[in-house]
Parts: sequence; C-alpha cells; structure tokens
Amino acid sequence: MQAEADWQPTASLDALKLRATVLARLRGFFAARNVLEVDTPVLSVAGTPDPALHSFQTRWHGPGTLNGTSFYLHTSPEFPMKRLLAAGAGSIYQVCKVFRDGESGRHHNPEFTLLEWYRTGFDYFDLMDEVEVLLREVLEGLVPLDSVDHWTYRDLFVETAGIDPFTVTVAGLGSQLQARGISPPAGLAADDHDGWLDMVLTHVVEPAMPAGLVFVRDYPASQAALARLRPGTPPVAARFEVYLNGIELANGFHELTDADEQRQRFAQENDRRQQQGDDAITTDERLLAALEAGVPDCAGVALGIDRLLMIAGQYGSLDDVIAFPLERA
Amino acid sequence: MASYSTNEFKGGLKIMIDGDPCSIIENEFVKPGKGQAFNRVKIRNLKTGRVIERTFKSGESVEGADVMDTDMQYLYADGEFWHFMDPNSFEQHAADATAVGDAKKWLKEQDMCEVTLWNGTPLVITPPNFVMLAVTETDPGVRGDTSGGGGKPATLETGAVVRVPLFIDIGEVLKIDTRTGEYVGRARD
Repeated sequence: MQAEADWQPTASLDALKLRATVLARLRGFFAARNVLEVDTPVLSVAGTPDPALHSFQTRWHGPGTLNGTSFYLHTSPEFPMKRLLAAGAGSIYQVCKVFRDGESGRHHNPEFTLLEWYRTGFDYFDLMDEVEVLLREVLEGLVPLDSVDHWTYRDLFVETAGIDPFTVTVAGLGSQLQARGISPPAGLAADDHDGWLDMVLTHVVEPAMPAGLVFVRDYPASQAALARLRPGTPPVAARFEVYLNGIELANGFHELTDADEQRQRFAQENDRRQQQGDDAITTDERLLAALEAGVPDCAGVALGIDRLLMIAGQYGSLDDVIAFPLERA
Repeated sequence: MASYSTNEFKGGLKIMIDGDPCSIIENEFVKPGKGQAFNRVKIRNLKTGRVIERTFKSGESVEGADVMDTDMQYLYADGEFWHFMDPNSFEQHAADATAVGDAKKWLKEQDMCEVTLWNGTPLVITPPNFVMLAVTETDPGVRGDTSGGGGKPATLETGAVVRVPLFIDIGEVLKIDTRTGEYVGRARD
C-alpha cells in the first residue's frame, strides 16, 4: 500500500529541470577553463578514516575471491582524484554521487551529488576567488548574489559568539552555551575540544551568519582534515568553507601533498575512530604511494550540488531537489 | 525502561529529560561537513506542557519514558482527585489537580477522555475535542434572534463559562470545542 502513495518523486519537475540547467552550466564553466572532467570509482578497497564520516560498506563476489572482498562506497572522490593529479592530469573536476552513512535530515541525504575540483598551481585564496566566479555564473538569473564576506574562523567566532576559538577552554565553551540558554549535550566528552567548537558553530555562529556568500578560512590545525598547515601563532589549516545564505555549501583545501604527514594524520584519525567506538578504516596505500611519487601543488574544493539547487530554487529542503531521497529510494 | 539512540528519534517518542517525561515534537539533524553530528530536538515536557529545545550528540542514548495514552471513562471527583476507569480492564486511576488542569472545565461524568499515564499514574487528562454540555445559567433567551451577533455568557453544567448566542436558554445542550473553549452549536437530538 505504501508504494502506491510514495512512488512519485519528492522534487517537482521544475526542480529536476533546474538540476539539468545547473549541471550544464557547471560543465560549460570548466570546459571554458580547460579543466578536465574525470570519472573515478565509487567502490574502493580503502576509505577515509575521518572520524566525522561513516562509510557504507559492501562486498564484491567474482573471480579471484572465495568469500568476496569488502569495498567502501566513497564519501568523496578525493583520493583517486589525487592519484590522477600525481599521474599528471593537470586541473580536473568530477560530478558524482557520494555516500555518507548516518546523515539524514533537511540538509542531508546519505547519497548526494558532489562537485569536486582541483586546480594545480592555485592556493586556497585563488580557489576561493574561483568558487565565487563559478557561483556567480551558475546562479545567474536564478538567485541574486549580492554580498560576499570573507572571515577567518577566529574572527567569525569572536564577532558572532564573543569567543576566541584558539584560546577558549571546553569549560569556557560550556559556560558560553549555558549563558545563551543552550544545554550542552551530555554525550560530548570534556576532552573533545573540536566537538565543543562544533556545538558553538552550529548553535551560535551559523545561525548568526549573514545572508549572501560567506567564505570562512584558517581553521584550527586540529580541524585541518586534508589541508596543509600554515605556520604561525597558532598555526592554522589552509582550509575554507563556503556558506551561501547561511547553508554550508563547500569545503576546500590548499591540499596537503606530504606523504609522511598524510600517513600520520590517517593513523591519528583511526586512533580517534577507535576511541569513539568506530572501526578503523583500511588506509589508502595507493593514495600514499601517489603522494610519495608527487602530487603537484594544488588547491581543491568539494561543493554539494543538491544544496546549491536548494538555494538556487529557494526550496526549504533537500527533498525538494532530489527526485527520490532515501525514504523513497 | 528501554533507552533510545538518537537514530530512533521521531515525533511522538517519549523520553526522560531532567527527570521529567517528555515527548519529542521535532528532530533536526545538524552536522558541519567536517565535524560532529548533533540532533537538535524540540521537546514538550509532559508534566508542565512547556516546550524546550535540547541538543544531543548523534549516537547518544537517552532513557525512554514509560508513557501511555489510554481512553478512559470519567467517573467522579471527590474534591481532591478525579477518578477515571479503563473500560477494558475496569482498572481505576485517580488524577490530581495538576494532571487534570484546565480539562476539569469540560469533564462530565460518564464521558470518555484521554488519560496519559506515566509509570501507571495519570499525568495529563485530555478532554474530547467536542463535548455536549447543558446550560445551567444564562440571561433569558431572545426569541427570533438567530444572528449570533453580540452574544452573552452562559454557565454550563461543569461550571465552565462560554460565550453563546442571545437565543440560547437554560436547559439547552450545547456543543463546545474544548480546544478553543468556544460554542459550536446546539446539540442535535
């Protein structure tokens, strides 16, 4: 009986056409700049150990396997794209489906469309400029893009929450939340400084974010993910996030290309996974070998297409732009 | 009582917050792309009726609340407690003034209503959306005036006072919407 009621798409035909328009514009943008479209596998024997991401797993059965081989569904195409960079592909982009277990809500669907691109010879400032140009071109005539703001992570926290994220203690973050009538979750560990910063980010900073396009950069070193560190006091991650009308849209890095440092970060992330009770993820030795062989100096960014469509069409939920979200998949 | 992971959160789930039974109204998943996931939840405290917001770390577990809604018949009030009976088990439950709250204005003996039990004790009494109650006191009816304009106060058999049209007389049975406390019409019988 249920199937009779929910076989139809949750997105309108207008939203489906908007998707086609936006994808055509994106491809035109990269074609005009000689950025090569590439295609890398969804399945991978290795995955990301990022403690904040949960990979789907599946098994392959066929010649050469007795009991099947375990594969991860990628959470982003980052690792194989870096192998293409090391192989001399130059600037590249990809539009693909990525998969993140556990993520479902108004702004999350466990399967979503990602645009990811890498620019050789760019640093993250160059790439932020290109993101702005791309958004202007893609959103032309769809939704106005009036203001563009640039913030460092630190200044944004000081401005919107009155907190210096680089010096504040967990106790300080807790009392700032309490002062705003927000009770911190009991499950947040006292030594999880980044978790507490994320609590303030999502409950205080993001709701105060101005409309328009906002770039936030220079994250704490502990939140570098795959970005290189910029020396300083304190050192910061050469990482940026893009917000459009208050919604997180993209994340970019001046990419870490040092194989040894990458190996160390993977090990640390797997340690954190195990501390929080998650399985360790098989390390991507092929990525490390490619970094060893040499990934050119580059900046890369991943942008959520479904959220972009939601903003472009002024919809309230991802269900309005995804034909068949998880509940109807 | 079982505990629930944030992955089981949905509207209507009953959980314990700060020692009080609560019902989830709305559950929002919030997560920075590279950061910690949270469930930001709107919850109604079933004892006070107040709506609060709480945030949980995704994956965290919360104690469930043993709360059940049961249709029961209102029997009588003894001055301190209001007594209800489960028509299936014939089990009787006594509710105090806090649990009965505003519902007392609409409770007529023998009428059915919803009793929310927490650990077997009445927590909230919810009257039916519509009740039929007789007028015990009002100014004399003005014959022929069916315009409904103006109106006058009328006291009902339960003690509730509602605004009614001028043509209503003592002894008439009225249909009242308990959610708004407004007169709907005369009972048809």
